[in-house]
Order: sequence, then structure tokens, then C-alpha cells
Amino acid sequence: MSVLSLNKNNFDLAKNSDKKVLIDFFAEWCGPCRMVSPIVDEIAEENPQWLVAKVNVDEEPELAAAFGVASIPTLVVMENGKIVSQSSGARPKAQILALLEG
Amino acid sequence: MNKAYDVLIIGGGPAGYTAALYAARAGFGTLVIEKMAVGGQMTLTGDIDNYPGFEDGIDGFTLGMKMQQGAERFGAQTEYGEVLSVDFSGKFKTVTTDSGVFEGKAVIIASGASPRELGIKNEAEFTGRGVHYCAHCDGRFYKDKTVVVIGGGNSAAADALYLSRLAKKVYLVHRRDTLKATKIYHEPLFKAENIEFLWNSEVVELLTEEHVQGVKIKNKLSGEHKDIACDGVFVSIGRKPATKFLKGAVALDENGYIIADESTKTDTDGIYAIGDVRTKPLRQVVTAVSDGATAVHYIEEYLAKE
Repeated sequence: MSVLSLNKNNFDLAKNSDKKVLIDFFAEWCGPCRMVSPIVDEIAEENPQWLVAKVNVDEEPELAAAFGVASIPTLVVMENGKIVSQSSGARPKAQILALLEG
Repeated sequence: MNKAYDVLIIGGGPAGYTAALYAARAGFGTLVIEKMAVGGQMTLTGDIDNYPGFEDGIDGFTLGMKMQQGAERFGAQTEYGEVLSVDFSGKFKTVTTDSGVFEGKAVIIASGASPRELGIKNEAEFTGRGVHYCAHCDGRFYKDKTVVVIGGGNSAAADALYLSRLAKKVYLVHRRDTLKATKIYHEPLFKAENIEFLWNSEVVELLTEEHVQGVKIKNKLSGEHKDIACDGVFVSIGRKPATKFLKGAVALDENGYIIADESTKTDTDGIYAIGDVRTKPLRQVVTAVSDGATAVHYIEEYLAKE
């Protein structure tokens, strides 16, 4: 599945999703974000059972603030509208998958 | 079945992809094993101004991609996976990753280094919530706020300068009374009106609620403690080499760096160490790429003997 671009107007799509949700908070200028971004794309492609989304923190500062994001990339996993894990920093694909499978 | 190559390279930073370029161009079957994505520590900085050939500077991510593409042009391949263990005892050396097992006649270790932690309580818990290791990545969240930078070397100096242009106030906490950073940083640092130096000091405690609220510092001369209120802490106290997966396969020095001289040869036949992971006086992109070429020079000799 393709990656959903989240903003404050469509955030309910993630909040009300009956799938597990992975959100990647990123910025265009951040090197580690550019490392993680293609991995997140791949995970979306390979796992239609999850909803994979991205938030551009420069365009959506309110959403970033709502999640207390002070470091990017930050990866958030949500289930039934609740945050089940939130971690900052680039990490390998296996570890991101573990966040979702955990 | 295991996949076999002439040259296995662990790590896809500047050293690794330069070695890959030289090895592939020399006609060796070459594989780079990268944990995450190419570029290594270059992706953690902003523009790189001291890599020649780019008169306006170049961002680290783009430079990493270009180095990968340059190596792939000659047939080098990349596999993504984290190395779990190695076995260098046989004629074919084995590298086991979470995405497969690879064999090579020679192995180049280019696994690099990562930021060193302070080693104080709550540090890991508050990483990303006030504790940061990449000013370029996270600095923009501290616009008009107060931050503490810890360290006295080049990267701490660069971080403090970068943050002083964003933040309201920057404290630079250093355990000595002079900077180790090269002269080019001194004047702009001392000129910046919103940078305050806290010499002979170390951070002993994080003051936290939901987010970092400040730090407790100790003056090493007087022994006095002082609380500094701040919104974020940027740790820039050097690096630690990524050598845990080696588990004794090659000799390391007391800080965990692989012992190898300018020949890049380790104490194990057919195993080479290049870039920041090697014992060396200057860790820069230019010295990393130089190591990559040198390692392949000796690998040509090594493989010719077979």
C-alpha cells in the first residue's frame, strides 16, 4: 500500500483506523530521516495489513507538537487510536518491523 | 545457500563505498553490507565543506548516495542487514547478518562509529525528549529556546555555533578550560553573544519532567553543583566505534577501535579496517576514503597470492 501523508485535517484516518498504524515524523532537510524514509516506504509496500503514514514536521508543527516530537525521525506506532510505542532516531528495517510486531 | 564474494565490506559510509569502488573497478565481486542506509555519519551533519571537489559544500546524504552510485557503476552490490557475527577463521570468511549469511575471500570492516553517550541516569529514557545527539537534525525544535551543548571538540563547537543561530541561549559545558576544537571555530564562538561557556564542568544529572527541564553541572575545580535550566541538551563528546559484532575476531584497542596502521591490515590475515573504526589520528571523510583505496591495494596483493 502507498504511504498516507498525514496532516491535521486528515489525522482521523490514523486515529480511527482499525489497522495498526506506523507514523514517520520527518523533515526534508534531515539526513537520518532520508535514511529511514525509503525503509518506511518498503514496509508500506510489503505490509497491506498496516496503515503507514508520514508527517512532515515543517508543514504540520501542530501534529508534531501534539505527539511531543522534539527529534526526527520519530516513529510512532498506534493501535485503536492509542500510542503503543514512540521512538526517535534512525533504525534498521528489522527494528522498525519489531516495533510494529511487538 | 550462502552467497560468496571476493570482497565483503561491512558498512556503507564513505570508507566502505570507496573500497567498493576500487574493488569492483579492479574486477572483484564486491558486496557492501549496510545496516540502515548509505552515508554513515555523513548524514548526521549539514553541509560538508572540507571534502574537496564541491566548491559550495555538499550535504552528507547526497555525498553518500553519490559514493554508492559510483561504486555500483562498476558492479558493486549492496545488501541491507545488520551484522550479527563474523567468522574469520577459514579461507572463506563468513559474515552473518539478520538478512542472510555472506562469504568473502577478504573482508573490509568499515562499520564506523556513533555518538558517545554521557552515561548518566535517564539519558536513554529522555533521548528525543530533550537529550539529543544530532544538532543538525533536532536543533530546529529549539528555536528561541535555551539549550546546553556538552563537549569541547570540533563537533561540539559546530553544534554550539549552529544552535546559537536558532536558540535564544546556548550554554557550552566543557570539562576543560580550553576548547579542543580547531582555531577556525574559536572566533565565531567567542563572538556569539548568546553563547555562555561553562568551563571545567560536567553534567552529572538530567533534571526532568515529561521533557528535560535542565541539567545539574558540577564544577570540577571547586566541586560545586549548579542547576542550569534548559529545554534541550545536545551531547557532543566524541564517538564510539561500532565493533561489538566482532567479538574478538580482530584485535581492538582499549577504546574499542580496530588496531590497524596506515596499511589498514588488522592482526587477522585477509581482514582490513578502514575509516573511523580504525585507530588513526584524524577521522574525516577524506581520510576515510583514502583508507578505502589503500585496503583494496593490499587485498589485490593478498588475493594474488592464492
